[in-house]
Amino acid sequence: MRIALENIHKAFGPVRANDGISLTLEPGGIHGLLGENGAGKTTLMKILSGYQAKDAGEIRVDGHPVNFASPAEAIAAGIGMLHQDPLDFPPITALENFLLGFDNRLIPKRREARQQLLSLAQRFDFPLDPEAPVERMTVGERQQLEILRLLALGAEVLILDEPTTGISAPQKVQLFATLRRLAKAEGKSIVFVSHKLEEVEALCDEVTVLRLGQVTGHEKMPVPLETLVRLMFGQSLALPDKTAVPLGETLLAARGLTIPGYRLTVTGGDLEVRAGEVIGFAGMEGSGQSLYLRALAGLLRPKTGSIRLAGEELVNRSYREFMARGISLLPADRLAEGLVRGLSLAEHFPLRRSTPFFIDWEANAAYTREQIAFFNIKGTPETPVEALSGGNQQRLLLALQPPDLRVLILEHPTRGLDMESTRWVWEQLLKRRNSGAAILFTSADLDEILTYSDRVVVFFNGEMLPPLPTPEVTVESLGYLVGGKRPTPSEAHET
Amino acid sequence: MKPERKFWQSALFWNVAPILAALLFTTLLMLAVGAPPLRAFVEILQGAFESPQKWADVAMAWTPLALIGAGMSLTFAAGLWNIGAEGQMILGAICATWVARNVTLPQPVLLGLIVLAGLAGGALWGLLTGSLKVYARVHEIFAGLGLNFIATALIIWLIFNPWKPERGATMSGTVPFPEAAWVPRLGNTRLAPLSVVLALIAVLAAYFLLKGTRFGLELRAMGKNLRAAFLQGIPTQRHTLVAFAICGALAGLAGALQATAVYHRLIPRISGGLGYTGMLVVILANYRPELIPAVAIFFAAIGVGSPRLELNLQLDASLGGVIEGTVVLFVLLGAGLRKRLGGARPPSTSEGS
Repeated sequence: MRIALENIHKAFGPVRANDGISLTLEPGGIHGLLGENGAGKTTLMKILSGYQAKDAGEIRVDGHPVNFASPAEAIAAGIGMLHQDPLDFPPITALENFLLGFDNRLIPKRREARQQLLSLAQRFDFPLDPEAPVERMTVGERQQLEILRLLALGAEVLILDEPTTGISAPQKVQLFATLRRLAKAEGKSIVFVSHKLEEVEALCDEVTVLRLGQVTGHEKMPVPLETLVRLMFGQSLALPDKTAVPLGETLLAARGLTIPGYRLTVTGGDLEVRAGEVIGFAGMEGSGQSLYLRALAGLLRPKTGSIRLAGEELVNRSYREFMARGISLLPADRLAEGLVRGLSLAEHFPLRRSTPFFIDWEANAAYTREQIAFFNIKGTPETPVEALSGGNQQRLLLALQPPDLRVLILEHPTRGLDMESTRWVWEQLLKRRNSGAAILFTSADLDEILTYSDRVVVFFNGEMLPPLPTPEVTVESLGYLVGGKRPTPSEAHET
Repeated sequence: MKPERKFWQSALFWNVAPILAALLFTTLLMLAVGAPPLRAFVEILQGAFESPQKWADVAMAWTPLALIGAGMSLTFAAGLWNIGAEGQMILGAICATWVARNVTLPQPVLLGLIVLAGLAGGALWGLLTGSLKVYARVHEIFAGLGLNFIATALIIWLIFNPWKPERGATMSGTVPFPEAAWVPRLGNTRLAPLSVVLALIAVLAAYFLLKGTRFGLELRAMGKNLRAAFLQGIPTQRHTLVAFAICGALAGLAGALQATAVYHRLIPRISGGLGYTGMLVVILANYRPELIPAVAIFFAAIGVGSPRLELNLQLDASLGGVIEGTVVLFVLLGAGLRKRLGGARPPSTSEGS
């Protein structure tokens, strides 16, 4: 089966997730889809597998235009997708999950299905117990089950979205062997979506690289890694001269943190943050940097380790106690976690300021107008926050922060923002930095990290690498680290 | 230029149409069972408003609905489903009964104590629901439902055991309280002005709490986005407990007043489903305290007027309940439809990011 995607467009609000992507998948090969987070890989594959509607463009299967309205239609046409988070039903058994989707009779034929599951499992040497509840299976086993289910449904094209996150090393070896066999011996097409350079290198026959919703390159493997890194992250920009800010004393010190997460346990090395310092956290989404920063903000309780703010131990304190000591988090999803949808701008200010019990709404509206003018927000005190654009939501979030913060933790501070808002946001952050606050932020944009950070911390697969001074890092070397490759000697600046 | 709006897009249409639809639906229902619809509606109205006595009855039926409605406007604002008002009423009534049976004091002091006991009993039961949610992660609907059953069991045990009359216990409840524990009535009506005043105060307090205070604003923020509210530093667990306690206190007061102002004794069905009707009141009032008094009058009038259906038309009085439920369902349906149709329109503001 030959699949051609042509000029696919998909936008989420102002973000163009897929911006005119064209791609051809030949039968019987393993096709890598490589790109950093937010590059548009998952969106594109969800469109191909019927989970999401495209805004524009065409999908052709063996030359015929198709338009899948649901995953069921896509799988009927032979296209199945294995999602990053297994979309199964944890409380029911493997067999029952296997039955989902392909047996539409009221009373499923369990015995036949059991036979089919067992013989498929045997063929691929998957040790699956049909009666085991899915919630007690490992991520790897659930993935195996899902692959078998898709094959039983007649999938000719198998899309795997970041399939190696959260599975064990032997499971990964087995997965790769299975995928090679499916492609070479059984003539299936495999789409392997990943941000891990090594895996694409080890597995794929050809690779397409996406960046910011567009195709930046298509290569037959093998290809030098530098090429892939450059395609993934773009050319490095000349760094602006950094105005030297004298760093103050140590403000925040974290030691030996381990933070249990859903997929992986994050092990953070030691980190000392000094007043006036900006530290950028790089790493693919889900590599642990987010959990680590949320632990530093007091939202997650680490299993071990210590967090000291100006010498005071904060581990096991509540989030509100972290806040009261001047640590603040600006979450990535501004409407889900940062702002309250349905409340107006004016109604947000008393939530964060220490206003008296009885609110003087008139004075508050005046204060809100001042803040709107000062932070250049396009809105009125009565505007509901969900009517603001992403840039204006971020401006409001910054306006809500108390003036005397000591540590500002930001997740993707400029994601989805235009140039002007991005520049403005950093202007505000650097102002706070200049008055002695420490800034910790994550970003998928390596340029942003290199532009503003004094030091860079890379997370890979739940592990924190030692902080690197920014002058010793380039977009290229950072790209290698983020992709899980230690730098080659010519670029190494081990300290 | 302002786009021309059709009548069916106006707010007036969406406020009136669901009520008309509900009346139409109940009319069809009555036609289907061979009852005269127009006469039934007239009978209900007459039954509710034909004499000063009836007006007084409506006011008394209004009181618990307004109290519970005021309380629930807070829990609803915080996004909490407090369906435990029945149990909270019962606990308030039980505590008030204990005071009425065991304390001898001058009437004004005794009534003050009864009011406090009702508030405290309900608050305790509400707090229990809230604690189950906050500390044991039991969803408040299940916690409330479970505690309703326990409260019912408790009141029946009390009436049939420690508090049974000497002649033997019946479903008609305990012996009447001493007269000092009766809330005074207006003339020969059944209207106890104190109850009405307390309910009005509760509604006003709920209104000002939600509109004019930080606590109210924080509750509303929790109701709209609990996660963001927590991240903004709002003590969401404490607020959940406080909201349940206040709502429980007001429901408990309603229960205490049912015992001391309406029945003058504790009866097994002291809550009488008012906890659930109170919830309908708040939903129909669109969760806005300022609309609760008017909506509660509607429910109270149907409650007082519909027994006439049985007397004069040989219809079951539960038709009143059907009308109440139908109106609520159609209003919710209307709100849903309006949102859906409204959502289909292009967004009115679009700014570049």
